[in-house]
Amino acid sequence: MIEFVFSVLLLSGIAAGLAMILVISEKVIQNYGPCKITLNKGKKELTVEGGKPLLTTLKEQKIFLPSACGGRGTCGVCKCKVLNGAGPLLPTETPYMDDKERKEGVRLACQVKVRNDMEIEIPAFLFAIQQYQAKLAAVEDLTYDMKRFRFELLGPETMDFVAGQYVQITCPAYKKGVDEVSRAYSIASDPKDTHFVELIVRRVPNGICTTWLFDYLKVGQPVQLTGPYGEFRMSDTQAPMIFIAGGSGMAPFVSILHQMRHVGSTRKADYFFGGNSVRDLCLGQQMAEFEKAIPSFTFHPVVARPHPEDNWTGQTGLVTEAVKRQYSDLSGHEGYLCGSPGMIDASIKVLVGLGMPQDKVYYDKFA
Amino acid sequence: MILLAVDTSSIGSEVWMAVVTCFAAIFTQNILLSYFLGMCSFISVSREVKTAVGLGAAVVFVMTATTVLNWMAYWWVLVPLNLEFYKYILFIIIIAAFVQLIEMMIDRYSPALYQSLGIFLPLITVNCAILGAVLWMVIREYSLIVTVGFGFGSGVGWMMAIVAMAGIRQRIDESKIPAGLRGPGITLIIAGIMALAFVGFTGVLQ
Repeated sequence: MIEFVFSVLLLSGIAAGLAMILVISEKVIQNYGPCKITLNKGKKELTVEGGKPLLTTLKEQKIFLPSACGGRGTCGVCKCKVLNGAGPLLPTETPYMDDKERKEGVRLACQVKVRNDMEIEIPAFLFAIQQYQAKLAAVEDLTYDMKRFRFELLGPETMDFVAGQYVQITCPAYKKGVDEVSRAYSIASDPKDTHFVELIVRRVPNGICTTWLFDYLKVGQPVQLTGPYGEFRMSDTQAPMIFIAGGSGMAPFVSILHQMRHVGSTRKADYFFGGNSVRDLCLGQQMAEFEKAIPSFTFHPVVARPHPEDNWTGQTGLVTEAVKRQYSDLSGHEGYLCGSPGMIDASIKVLVGLGMPQDKVYYDKFA
Repeated sequence: MILLAVDTSSIGSEVWMAVVTCFAAIFTQNILLSYFLGMCSFISVSREVKTAVGLGAAVVFVMTATTVLNWMAYWWVLVPLNLEFYKYILFIIIIAAFVQLIEMMIDRYSPALYQSLGIFLPLITVNCAILGAVLWMVIREYSLIVTVGFGFGSGVGWMMAIVAMAGIRQRIDESKIPAGLRGPGITLIIAGIMALAFVGFTGVLQ
């Protein structure tokens, strides 16, 4: 018996000792000490603790590089130029870089570790991105799997954004086995309504962040947002526009329509909304209001496979087919797309096929 | 075993035996080609010579170091306490802890080396060739000095085999291989032929 206890103790002792060595050496070895990060040739200098990825280090310093995947190296959005101090390009980064970017020293901030002094360059507008403390003010059901979330900004209290931009929401570790992640959602609210931010979210089965938003987050609870990010916006021309988006891709267009209404725009705009069935359609009433307020705007809901009992009398088939039915020449139009990569690629093909110049197609791909 | 019959009374002959054991571990008793240990990384990481060299070097280092460490743990801790039956658990814990520690140190002090060698270290922790070499060192009752030679030789043998395999695979990259044999299939066949060739070394040490 004593022998048994002794042997178990000995083994656990050895294991614990080794674990202790590892913990201590992690503290000692992984301690890189203070490192200096120089931004945009001396515009700003930061002194930070080394050892963490550049993306998180910058985030702690309130500089928010956009990142859609939350730092796992799968989206390629957090690119920034590192002039000095990043070491060689990692195998995890190469898939996202073309030759030009490689030469310029573009890196993925989530993969590069801060080990020493660094010199980096980031787009100037990123300095304007802020972190917002907010609370969930209201939730509205749009369809069986989509909701509109309205957040009240508490600090800072207002956000100036351009219609079409997006924010990132920090989803906390709300249950066991889930780490904190950030997810990007387009802003769906009126740009004039600066004290609030609205997002349209479609539930992703087993999605980390959407599950949290749909099932865990209650009205009144705090959330953390960063933004505004993104270059997706209306161009300055007067060219007639075609919007194509289904589901939660609607968000930026709701915001853009608000803006058009405010400035009394007379620019021609046609919004093709694609849904699988009638139950995917939403915001019909708001769209009707926009049609009334903006005479040059028309909303075209298209249902791919309506059920007979829905009594659907509108357009059927794919949304791209509806565009093809209506137009034969789009060389003077501009296209605005928002949605999944598959849907966007298919739409670009159709628009370009109808004569739209490739550089007049603007899109926001959901990663 | 012929090797064990060598007189081990003096340090000089110990060292000589370590050299012979090392040579044997590389050629006549190659851990990969004679015993087919460490096959999974052998097949999956042998597409390119450059990565094969990196992984091979990591194996040489880890194998040498862990056989020695585990020799000490076995003969100086387990045997005196009559706890030899714990050897499997203890060996694995020591290998895992050691590999992690080394990975941390390389990451910290030599980013260039981490790039070429460090990223393979986690792969090696669970490589059966490492545990295999450690267990053999126990079963064959090698002395500490001989263990150094044996661990190093086993690693070099493994490295040689995977680098040779990567070289062959790079060369057959463009060949027309029947669909059912592409990838691991043809690799196993090549490994078999290489193993046959290594049988030719068997007589060298007698």
